[in-house]
Amino acid sequence: MLAKRIIPCLSVANGRVQNGVQFRDMVDAGDPVECAERYEIQGADELVLLDITATTEGRKTFTDMVLKSSDKVFMPLTVGGGITSVEDMTALMKAGADKISINTAALANPSLITEGAKKFGNQGIVVCLDVKYNPFDKVWYAYGHGQVGESGQRRNALEWAKEAVERGAGELLVTSIDRHGTGIGFDIELYQALAEVVDVPVTAFGGAGNVQHFVDLFTKTNVTGALAGVLLHNKVLTIKDIKKALHEAGIVVRL
Amino acid sequence: MIAIIDYDAGNTFNVQKAFAYIGLDAVLTADPEVILNADGVLLPGVGAYASAVAVLKERGLVDVLHEVVKREIPLLGICLGMQLLFEESEEYGPTPGLGLIPGKVKEIPRDLGLSVPHMGWNKNVVHHQDSPFSNVDDQYTYFVHSYYVDTDPEYIISTANYGIDVPGVVERGRVYGMQFHPEKSGIVGLNLLRTFGNITEAYADSKK
Repeated sequence: MLAKRIIPCLSVANGRVQNGVQFRDMVDAGDPVECAERYEIQGADELVLLDITATTEGRKTFTDMVLKSSDKVFMPLTVGGGITSVEDMTALMKAGADKISINTAALANPSLITEGAKKFGNQGIVVCLDVKYNPFDKVWYAYGHGQVGESGQRRNALEWAKEAVERGAGELLVTSIDRHGTGIGFDIELYQALAEVVDVPVTAFGGAGNVQHFVDLFTKTNVTGALAGVLLHNKVLTIKDIKKALHEAGIVVRL
Repeated sequence: MIAIIDYDAGNTFNVQKAFAYIGLDAVLTADPEVILNADGVLLPGVGAYASAVAVLKERGLVDVLHEVVKREIPLLGICLGMQLLFEESEEYGPTPGLGLIPGKVKEIPRDLGLSVPHMGWNKNVVHHQDSPFSNVDDQYTYFVHSYYVDTDPEYIISTANYGIDVPGVVERGRVYGMQFHPEKSGIVGLNLLRTFGNITEAYADSKK
């Protein structure tokens, strides 16, 4: 059986890891390559690197950083942020990425998913959904980056998840914006609802504050992985702490 | 020196990086001269079986790889590179492979209630303790594949369970294969590559 995956997420701007709550208030959290090495030693199963600058100059710094990380760590690397074309994907794959994650560009141009999947295989394309619940409509919506409350692209998250998979996404990375950085636990209902509509691996992000939140996630939903950011960067928990708790709860992890 | 076969089959880059990290000399090449003088040969591969075979043929590498085995130069195939070692694949209709190990490449059954591709960290169980790769026993390695090898247990060093027993490491003489990606399997994977490095060094010594 496959082990459940614990995946550190490094949001990178200007060559530094950034820490933030609900996509705001970013503070410096260290050198990405050093973080990557530290997390590999702790037992990270994969690594997600997100470029949150998305300027031309920032992009070059980011690509160099992906290249340096893949010299030093030997686990699957998912890379994303500001990718709008197959050329962008190719450049990052050449720098050592194993999977490309797309969000805003996929919402604006869903055929990008299919183009990427044709070139790199479905397993190479991860579609990210940044999801916020609307209590009035009683609907989860997926937003493009920085578009919450703005007039940007918005889709019903469950419908969009299904479409993304049909178009070739091999995996979904689903972040709860409502929970991100709050430490009150994952949005279990969101992941249960997703399981009804898609059969590809889903990675959950947003809301973990303690090891029990990870145990709850993996016992109450069928997600295959969980991302962690602030929790790890601020050394509140280590990956070992999380995996130990999961193992004790009878969940299969790579120790 | 290890020759990594250059036939445009996906990401050879990360295999090179892993060899560099553990201090093994490796070059990416399609030159028969370089390949046949190497201490070990690595056949990487990501992508489709038929197009991989076509490119190998086009570059005259099929005969070179048979010569590698004839000369008993250690050969390691990774992922699609391992599947190519076998006689045939059923991927998009039967396609002959290199035929260096008896067996066929088949699709992972879709009716097991498990998603395909088989992607993620899975645990290996070793069946032949006398293999140089028997240290993969009870260890997790990273798999990404939709097809698996159906072969005689004699050649299967380890398997990982995914509804069916998926061969992880195979071996016949000095021909080795890994279905998972050792270059993406952390320290366990690096140790397996180092073991292959040791085999190539032993071969180099025996040539002297």
